[in-house]
Amino acid sequence: MIGGSDTVIGFKALGLDTFPVNSDEEASAAFKQIFQAETDNPYAIVYVEETWAEGLSSAINKFRSDPELAIILIPGRDGSKGLGLQALKDAVEKAVGSDITGD
Amino acid sequence: MATYTPTRMVLNQLKGRLTTARRGHKLLKDKRDELMRQFMDIVKQNKELRKKVEEGLTEAFTSLSAASAVMSPQMLEQALLYPRRTVDLDVTYKNVMSVNVPQYSFGESGGTEDIIPYAFAQTSGDLDDALEKMSSVFSDMLQLAEVEKSMQLMAEEIESTRRRVNALEYSTIPDLERNIHYITMKLEENENSTKVRLIKVKEMVLQKAHNYSV
Repeated sequence: MIGGSDTVIGFKALGLDTFPVNSDEEASAAFKQIFQAETDNPYAIVYVEETWAEGLSSAINKFRSDPELAIILIPGRDGSKGLGLQALKDAVEKAVGSDITGD
Repeated sequence: MATYTPTRMVLNQLKGRLTTARRGHKLLKDKRDELMRQFMDIVKQNKELRKKVEEGLTEAFTSLSAASAVMSPQMLEQALLYPRRTVDLDVTYKNVMSVNVPQYSFGESGGTEDIIPYAFAQTSGDLDDALEKMSSVFSDMLQLAEVEKSMQLMAEEIESTRRRVNALEYSTIPDLERNIHYITMKLEENENSTKVRLIKVKEMVLQKAHNYSV
């Protein structure tokens, strides 16, 4: 889980590995750190807070077609920015050729 | 368009390729349609799940904000420093129309049912609330991950399948048909000219032998 420190703190209690970040640089550093150990592939799902997703988008896109790693955007404390839904729309558009999700 | 030598052998080869292309086209088209159907289901599921997760998280964050308003950041961090359990994630893959989609199942280790890793004396009740909400939204988050990943993978597969269907339909098959037509015509033409030549030769031979004209 990559996100602002106050976002990830709760998930830490759930038993997830958390990477608190406070800037875009820290976010990409955390991302790199996660994939450094890629050989034994420690994570199958990485949740990324939407706030930091924009800075990581190129890295995220790289893993889009990798079946072994799911990167899921979750809304941060400030509520949803709609980026998660945007990912859905992108996928639909890619598959169908136009956005038919209806909103 | 590649040029082919107009012989029967090439014609047969092209005809074979056309049959294969047609069969492949039909199969791929069926695959695309079925993928599309399943994809739409998944998209719908994804939309619902995402809504649910986003709502659940917002609620959890609200409680967490309330907790952090009452407690000092250090206290909060201290309270949550050592989680009581860890999450083990198992990934298996399911094959949906040649797309390998992940299936997640998670187990928690740590022994206790209780997720709250701190004593109640120095923490706010809102924190308990927040954790409870988070843990209930977490299983939805896992499912969301599964569905969303499947969706992305299927989108890729649909795209490439669609490209292949279109390439076959609008490029490969018409090309083959055109070439077959060309060779057939050419062969017919050759046959005709041979026939004409034979008639002509026959005429000449007859004239020479019997001074006879047709």
